[in-house]
Amino acid sequence: MLTLVVATALGFDFTNGFHDTGNAMATSIVTGALPPRMAVALSSVLNLVGAFLSFSVAATIASGLVDTHVVTLTVVFSGLIGSILWNLATWYLGIPSSSSHALIGGVVGATMAAAGGHAVKWQGLVAKVIVPAVLSPVIAGLIAAAGTYLVYRITRGIAERTRGGGFRVGQVGSASMVSLAHGTNDAQKTMGVITLALIANGTLAAGAKAPTWVIVSCAVAISLGTYLGGWRVIRALGKGLVEIEPPQGMAAESSSAAVILLSSYFGYSLSTTHVATGSILGTGIGKKGAEVRWHIARRMVIAWVLTLPAAGAVGALSYAAVHGIGGTTGVVVIFIVLIAASVAFYIASRHPAVTPENVNAAWSGSVVPQPEPDPAQR
Amino acid sequence: MSTWINLNALWKIVVVGLLAGAGLPALFALGLRALSPPTGPTADDSTAPAVTAGPLGYAVAGFCFAVVLAAIGWGIYTIVNSG
Repeated sequence: MLTLVVATALGFDFTNGFHDTGNAMATSIVTGALPPRMAVALSSVLNLVGAFLSFSVAATIASGLVDTHVVTLTVVFSGLIGSILWNLATWYLGIPSSSSHALIGGVVGATMAAAGGHAVKWQGLVAKVIVPAVLSPVIAGLIAAAGTYLVYRITRGIAERTRGGGFRVGQVGSASMVSLAHGTNDAQKTMGVITLALIANGTLAAGAKAPTWVIVSCAVAISLGTYLGGWRVIRALGKGLVEIEPPQGMAAESSSAAVILLSSYFGYSLSTTHVATGSILGTGIGKKGAEVRWHIARRMVIAWVLTLPAAGAVGALSYAAVHGIGGTTGVVVIFIVLIAASVAFYIASRHPAVTPENVNAAWSGSVVPQPEPDPAQR
Repeated sequence: MSTWINLNALWKIVVVGLLAGAGLPALFALGLRALSPPTGPTADDSTAPAVTAGPLGYAVAGFCFAVVLAAIGWGIYTIVNSG
């Protein structure tokens, strides 16, 4: 049973990786600073490195949000199911929703199903998750808008060729920082969850640090996921929200990197996704004459608001199912359901697929390059 | 109120974030500008001095890029040590 939980956690880490590739690399890919495959490869390596850099966030994911005494393996497992399914659904729709929120929502939902609402530390949830989630995109957007404005003002009159070239270099640098920050932030969340499972199982003493094999496997899982590339989300972020030029890309990534790193320094495990989306919007606001597609932004914000309750609901449902069937059999059944659902999403995403080859195609109103009579794409 | 929002951390994030997130790209832009002077004073940009990328230009650019790199290095150093 523990094995299945760990496998599910690594599966979540994997979806986290490919869901969030766009946060770091969307801007570099659409401006042509890096070829798509090169971009995801670079991001993947930096995620791997980042995962080993620091281990400060790992503990916060569980301890401050739910009463760890009521957390059992089943709760962790159900929470993960909720977060993976929500991640896959939003990825399919090309919405950059927060993997961290999906994880938190799933775990909180499963905890509530298991032990009731009193086992959730609501104040911790609001202060550590919801308030930062509301503020971070705004702050990131503000910083990115300021950066974009300054950059365009300073480089006014410089030949377009030099400017574009120079900022592409700067963009690769700043996007690399975001990838690194993503590795340190998000890989740790899964490490925290696996550690929580090990503690719940009695394998580790309460308050123990993540063992080395956990760190290594999480780092590898997130890095593999990143390499696979969430092309749908990349396209939505890089082409859908704002048409991005190299200087904007650099301003956006610098802002994202600064906000993410600063916040994790203060112990907020905020969503890389929210920050990156806020930054990209900010660059659209900061550049005169740039078009911001607000209806796409609105769709993303709605998805963000839904993430916690939706992942929570799936987590609670999955807990009820596992508990209803009972014991290891229940876990195995739900695990099989998860695999079936993942395969279904994968198959659905192939028709039509968003690939490195068509990720930069002109925005035609949907995530999928050619408008097709597909009811699921709206 | 302070139990819900850590205002102390918030303003630090905003200020340092502005310095690093907007200031560094601006500095990078200054460096680029020092390297490649404007193509010529246009009506839109007549106040800009007609600099050429002489030794001074390279020195300014080098300084700007060095500060940016140093800031990134300091950032990574801080993350590694915060753990």
